[in-house]
Amino acid sequence: MTYKGKFRVWRGDAEGGDLQDYEVEVNEGEVVLDVIHRLQATQAPDMAVRWNCKAGKCGSCSAEINGMPKLMCMCRMNTFDEDEVVTVTPMRTFPVIRDLVTDVSYNYTKAREVKAFTPPADLKPGEYRMQQVDVERSQEFRKCIECFLCQNTCHVIRDHEENKESFSGPRFLMRIAELDMHPLDAADRQHQAQDDHGLGFCNITKCCTEVCPEHIKITDNALIPMKERVADRKYDPIVWLGNKIRRRA
Amino acid sequence: MSADTGINSPGRAQVGLKTARTDKWWLAPLRIGVILGFFVVYATIRIFMNKWYWVNDYHYLTPLYSPCINEGCSPGSSHLGTWFPKFPVFIPYSIITFAVLAGFRGTCYYYRKAGYRSLFFAPAACAVPEPHKSYTGERKFPLIALNLHRYFFYGALVFGILNVYDGVLAFHGKDGGFGFGLGTLIIWINLVMLWLYTLSCHACRHIVGGRLKNFSKHPLRYRYWTFVSKLNPKHGTFAMASLFTVILTDFYIMALSAGWFSDLRFFN
Amino acid sequence: MTELERHTYDVVVIGAGGAGLRAAIEAREQGKRTAIVCKSLFGKAHTVMAEGGCAAAMGNANSNDNWQVHYRDTMRGGKFLNNWRMAELHAQEAPDRVWELETYGALFDRTPDGRISQRNFGGHSYPRLAHVGDRTGLELIRTLQQKIVSLQQEDFEATGDYEANLKVYAECTVTELLKDGDAISGAFGYWRESGRFILFDAPAVILATGGVGKSFKVTSNSWEYTGDGHALAMRAGATLINMEFIQFHPTGMVWPPSVKGILVTESVRGDGGVLKNSEGKRFMFEYVPDVFRAQYAETEEEADRWYKDADNNRRPPELLPRDEVARAINSEVKAGRGTPHGGVFLDVSSRLPAEEIKRRLPSMHHQFKELADVDITAEPMEVGPTCHYVMGGVEVEPDTASSVVPGLFAAGEVAGGMHGSNRLGGNSLSDLLVFGRRAGMGAALYVDSLAERPKIAEADIDAAAADALAPFELEGGENPYTIHQELQQSMNDLVGIIRKEEEMEQALGRLSEFRGRIAKMTVEGHRQFNPGWHLALDLRNMLTVSECVAKAALLRQESRGGHTRDDFPGMNAEWRKKLLVCGLNADGSVNVDEKQQIPMREDLLELFEVDELKKYLTEEELPA
Repeated sequence: MTYKGKFRVWRGDAEGGDLQDYEVEVNEGEVVLDVIHRLQATQAPDMAVRWNCKAGKCGSCSAEINGMPKLMCMCRMNTFDEDEVVTVTPMRTFPVIRDLVTDVSYNYTKAREVKAFTPPADLKPGEYRMQQVDVERSQEFRKCIECFLCQNTCHVIRDHEENKESFSGPRFLMRIAELDMHPLDAADRQHQAQDDHGLGFCNITKCCTEVCPEHIKITDNALIPMKERVADRKYDPIVWLGNKIRRRA
Repeated sequence: MSADTGINSPGRAQVGLKTARTDKWWLAPLRIGVILGFFVVYATIRIFMNKWYWVNDYHYLTPLYSPCINEGCSPGSSHLGTWFPKFPVFIPYSIITFAVLAGFRGTCYYYRKAGYRSLFFAPAACAVPEPHKSYTGERKFPLIALNLHRYFFYGALVFGILNVYDGVLAFHGKDGGFGFGLGTLIIWINLVMLWLYTLSCHACRHIVGGRLKNFSKHPLRYRYWTFVSKLNPKHGTFAMASLFTVILTDFYIMALSAGWFSDLRFFN
Repeated sequence: MTELERHTYDVVVIGAGGAGLRAAIEAREQGKRTAIVCKSLFGKAHTVMAEGGCAAAMGNANSNDNWQVHYRDTMRGGKFLNNWRMAELHAQEAPDRVWELETYGALFDRTPDGRISQRNFGGHSYPRLAHVGDRTGLELIRTLQQKIVSLQQEDFEATGDYEANLKVYAECTVTELLKDGDAISGAFGYWRESGRFILFDAPAVILATGGVGKSFKVTSNSWEYTGDGHALAMRAGATLINMEFIQFHPTGMVWPPSVKGILVTESVRGDGGVLKNSEGKRFMFEYVPDVFRAQYAETEEEADRWYKDADNNRRPPELLPRDEVARAINSEVKAGRGTPHGGVFLDVSSRLPAEEIKRRLPSMHHQFKELADVDITAEPMEVGPTCHYVMGGVEVEPDTASSVVPGLFAAGEVAGGMHGSNRLGGNSLSDLLVFGRRAGMGAALYVDSLAERPKIAEADIDAAAADALAPFELEGGENPYTIHQELQQSMNDLVGIIRKEEEMEQALGRLSEFRGRIAKMTVEGHRQFNPGWHLALDLRNMLTVSECVAKAALLRQESRGGHTRDDFPGMNAEWRKKLLVCGLNADGSVNVDEKQQIPMREDLLELFEVDELKKYLTEEELPA
């Protein structure tokens, strides 16, 4: 089952770079990351690649394989034909550092701008009571391993660098949805989502969901429900009128 | 796309390929685009016809023209009565129906995805660059109006009920009593698809329970939400399926009404 | 003078796993300017791999549970070698640490009355593990990460700078600790991205670097687990204890080769999964040791009843402590009753409905589906032992987590003593929280007690820089990847689950040979994100740690927990009283000394029946 696989790997840095061809041994049961490691150990010891758990749990080895954003550790080699050229490039939405490693600090900046969980004032540790049905929605979003593939594939920033300023990306809009659905969170998340984090940029084309290695239904379960919640607060004329009248009275 | 934005922005890896995807990523948007295009053309032609929407023998009324409420409507077809004088020739009889139902589909989260991908290439497929210079999303007029989807959903509910009424009337035999034929069957298949599509709507999911913070305090609404949540992942499938069944139903009734062929009757 | 960026902090935490983050939160809340330095991105630490849960005697699932029961379980699991004070603090404080996480935003699975749900696990008398499906580690790390963000937001409100008092230096490796006299004065390291040097001027350093698994071939540990903290501590003059005790988790994946070693959570067994050999036999009943005979079921019927009625039945032997199960699997495979790929079968598919498996073990289902193309709801898994956790680590003072070096603290896996000779599943996450917090407090107190900040000597900086660049200096030497593979193979084969005197001597011979080769190895390329260079630097740490493991293992002439000697199969009460303490000689070689354990406090001793104590303690240690 061992064969010589054909790989094209992007090598370079912010100054420039190109796709380089490699022939490398591939064994039964391997994933793309194994092959990249073999390249490192045998042909290109300084090939930069970020990885950690090798089990799809830490979300470090994000890259683009044949143009699709994927985790290298979760991409089995038997999904390719033996004579197929496998192209591996770094994520193309973030600045490249070297080879397959990109600068993902955009995501950490955005993470820091999402207002933290705001606990109810009157509950002490140990007094929290929540029902399973109430935490399940948020729990789905907390499966996120922060691989940033959704951020990488989202065209709002992938194709429009200038939107990075005002758009936080699916990962962090989902984080806001998670907090909004947290049964005990006490902060206003709807205005924040729309006004500060650019939920309105999202046109629900669902690529975030398509690439999520955790199979979180980002669009259907987080972004669209969040859009509906924002509509409740900001765009529903009846709700608006109701609020107006109530304030008068 | 210009040379120095998007994936070509300074600092990003200069891979040189627009996309390294090797699969047929263009096939799905092309297919959906053709279907949507066909529907738009078909529907536009059909609503300006102002005829062949009613089969008097079996009381079949095409959903595209339901309800027919102006004095120009064929005898028997306006079972809600006539509320307006005869429309001039350039106004479709079904203008209200069409506005609401097209609005429901046009603001629908699934069709938005389909349309953005297939018709506007924003983006055509994942990790494939879109051709636009700038992008502002759904934050400004007119696209900000998409937030009104829920009102179209309410409207679609009303028309859904009307369609059920039409469907009941379609159990009509030639001799005036009970009867049904292939047309009735098609009408009811369409009804089922329309209702699945309407109930699996994201706005519906939000309204029945999704907006709540605590499900445990609202067990009944949690059950509704759970039910809608089961349908919701298939919303796209229902959207396309109901599009086909609407065209099929309309075409079948048009053909019967125009006398191109006659209905296959199972009973009376 | 070496060119570098300098930062001044009160406390520097090395490692951003559970222990590091909890320590940093505490230090910052005590008003100390704190830096977190980690080799990976923020939030990627190995803690995410923890699956089963976090042990804390909250008594939500069974109200009979309390800290004393947890304490007893921990001591039994560690075969009484544990530092009893650490085990006591751990059992007492774990519930508060878990509840605290809820105030940070954690969402654990719930009981019907809305409290935190708790699950069964090997070695725990009651359902005790707070969990979120089987991704508890991820929940923990994310929660702590988000708490850090929330503290940074507070600082932003107050100062306009998110990083005023708490900053994360991600993808940054510390290669040396610096001292002023006896006391810590700072830490020296490099940015992985650029290769540029960085200096932290700080009187207190908290090590939270995790374990040493990357010295072994088959391991559940990630590349980060190269024993950095262990080696840094030794080079700074601190001591390590219990290094001979390495936990081999009984159930790692054995197929396909690329994922060999990756963990299959113990919850599979806790939720009903059973171990079978190639003959289809549930073999664990044959392997219940005498000390545990009374607590474990003798028939399959009784074992199966336990899942429904735990109060009136004894536990299935699949839930014995990890060392017992690992040895049993090892024996079955050696006896020729293993699976095609050299493991045994772990079957949950015939025990639970498919839907239930997906609900209770979502990430296991996902892991096997995606990595091995195996559907665990339809077929059994193939599993075998994998190097998982090092019980040994920096010798610390239990209450403050302080090492023997003033200003140097350690918490989590890098600290030794808490788990004795074997760690119970679920006790790791709680250990991180309890002692992470204590290390943060200890460091803050220490900083407050200083009359004067220790100073960094320029010469030390230059020396650290020269050491870090040494692999670039030589040409024509070996590639670090080759040496690493050989080191892993040697440790796996010669100092693995079952140990023999001559094999360990052979291992020590090889290690000294590696020492020579490592001194001469060559790294290609330049300093910017160069994995070859990173490995070369980590390799030195792995070598030091491997020497500790091999030397201590050779000295300890008994079998206990994570240390099994073929030539000394029994447990020896005399050896229980002794700790093996590793230190570094001036020439960089490892020395190991014996040290007497402090006898257990009387009130704690009274928590056990005398009959049980007789199994572990010598005659004169028993209460009168």
